[in-house]
Amino acid sequence: MKDRTAKDQPDSSKPSRRRFLKSGAVLAGVLGACADSGNVSDSGPRTLGDIPSPYGQRSTYEKSVRYTHLSDTPEAGPSRTPLQDSYGILTPSSLHFERHHSGVPTIDPSQHHLLIHGMVDRPLVFTMEEILRLPSVSRIHFIECSGNSGREWTTPEPTVQRTHGMLGCSEWTGVSLSLLLSEVGVQSEAKWIIAEGADGCKLHRSIPMEKAMDNIVIAYAQNGEAIRPEQGYPLRLVVPGWEGNTHVKWLRRIKAVDQPYMGREETSKYTDLMPDGKARQFTFVMEAKSVITFPSGRDKLPGPGFYEITGLAWSGRGLIKSVEISIDGGQSWQEAQFQEPRHPVALTRFRLPWRWEGQEVTLRSRCIDETGYVQPSREALIEARGLNTRYHYNGITAWRVSSDGSVQNAYA
Amino acid sequence: MLAAILAATPLMGQSPNYGVGRSPTPEEIKSWDISIGPDGRELPPGEGRAVEGKEVYTRRCADCHGSEGQGGDQGEALVGGEGTLDTPKPVKTVGSYWPYATTLWDYINRAMPFDSPGSLTHKQVYALVAYLLYLNGIIEEEEVINAQTLPQVRMPNREGFVPDPRPDVGRTDQSQKN
Repeated sequence: MKDRTAKDQPDSSKPSRRRFLKSGAVLAGVLGACADSGNVSDSGPRTLGDIPSPYGQRSTYEKSVRYTHLSDTPEAGPSRTPLQDSYGILTPSSLHFERHHSGVPTIDPSQHHLLIHGMVDRPLVFTMEEILRLPSVSRIHFIECSGNSGREWTTPEPTVQRTHGMLGCSEWTGVSLSLLLSEVGVQSEAKWIIAEGADGCKLHRSIPMEKAMDNIVIAYAQNGEAIRPEQGYPLRLVVPGWEGNTHVKWLRRIKAVDQPYMGREETSKYTDLMPDGKARQFTFVMEAKSVITFPSGRDKLPGPGFYEITGLAWSGRGLIKSVEISIDGGQSWQEAQFQEPRHPVALTRFRLPWRWEGQEVTLRSRCIDETGYVQPSREALIEARGLNTRYHYNGITAWRVSSDGSVQNAYA
Repeated sequence: MLAAILAATPLMGQSPNYGVGRSPTPEEIKSWDISIGPDGRELPPGEGRAVEGKEVYTRRCADCHGSEGQGGDQGEALVGGEGTLDTPKPVKTVGSYWPYATTLWDYINRAMPFDSPGSLTHKQVYALVAYLLYLNGIIEEEEVINAQTLPQVRMPNREGFVPDPRPDVGRTDQSQKN
């Protein structure tokens, strides 16, 4: 669906706590003008605070939100994670990006079933209660929409939330798909599965049996609690390292079949049209990618001094092996430090201490994964694939810091 | 307590290792199995022609997709675009891009109209498919679309897809590094 009528929410990439803490505290002395940088003092008698509550809320001072750009058909569209405000590697479930094709269904788990059938020995229907009783696994994985950074091909966007926000990383808990497939007994002629959701459009994708038997999780929990409705409650696929559209939410049915079923999502969408008019299919793996989340587009550094450059790197092929940062427009690169432990096919936090002298600089990050794959430049990506696809962009992002401290997408 | 647990536990557990799940009835499977593959073997009975499809289209589809599939504010173009895929302004439609006609049946039946998916009869879906194929110049106006004819329809871009060759860029290149 086309986004013709822009009803933008306010961008949450305005002054954040991160920037306030990082720049305000350090530079309060330099600037001498921060509103509340003054004396520390007690202010009279103290009062009692709030009582314990059944379900926690964040501080009312915290304003970071998902970015939505609503079209005339907002049930088919995304919201984006505020990566500029992120810490560490986990995305709060409440801020994890969304991409729906028919809105968020309301599902009573006591009425939800998973049917596995097709080329199997024993087609079976499972209740949620039964699925919750089975041996469980927990894994930390990123999910990235293959349309993430899609505008960077032609019309780069101003903030990291808009360039890279269809990305999140969670601890997912559920049952191995391979366990359920062995319970139904997959027949030898079954080479693919079709996974189908219970949303209005019954979104479905074809996935090779080899991947289905490898490491797919049928997840019911995210970050220690039940998956939220917009993330697929009560059951979704997590397909480690593959494009987000394959991670079918509100999972209701899996059919073992002999060939890909060529659904609308995997033919007319999510295929990459090349300059010669041929389109690539299937482009499942999300290749290695990184982005600096601070400083990033629309930040404003209050003045010269110390800052920590930080960002995220990830690869659908495994572990991130190294991240290099350039502060001189790509002339030289230096190694960033990792937050450990790193997890394969998960967001990986990198950091680099930096002293800004007040000159114009352009910041870039470049990652290498365990297969030796090096994140390509935007130029190399466009050279190889042209400008007719909106999917699978993983080029290097460049943030230009002007001498007044303002930060912009250097390609915008 | 024990009685409650037993009552909640299916006595007819079917799976060999964990004793969970039950066998669905053929009717249950049939009601859920809406997947139509490229060979069309799951297509249900029924048929339709472009003339009937035009009537359904005008009532149920034209508000979003335009009076003749040209696209609108809320719905993408369904018609046209042939010969544009290798130009700087490719127009990807059913006619110019979709490799299989069965996908059209599957998607309309599964997901359309956008605000009321699942509300079309099988006959209406066949008729809409016939109308859209006709608008794209792929079939004749009088042709009947049904479970036998639809899988035989050859889409213009059937050969337009190639396997993923990645990694195509981004291989280790030490010369980039200082």
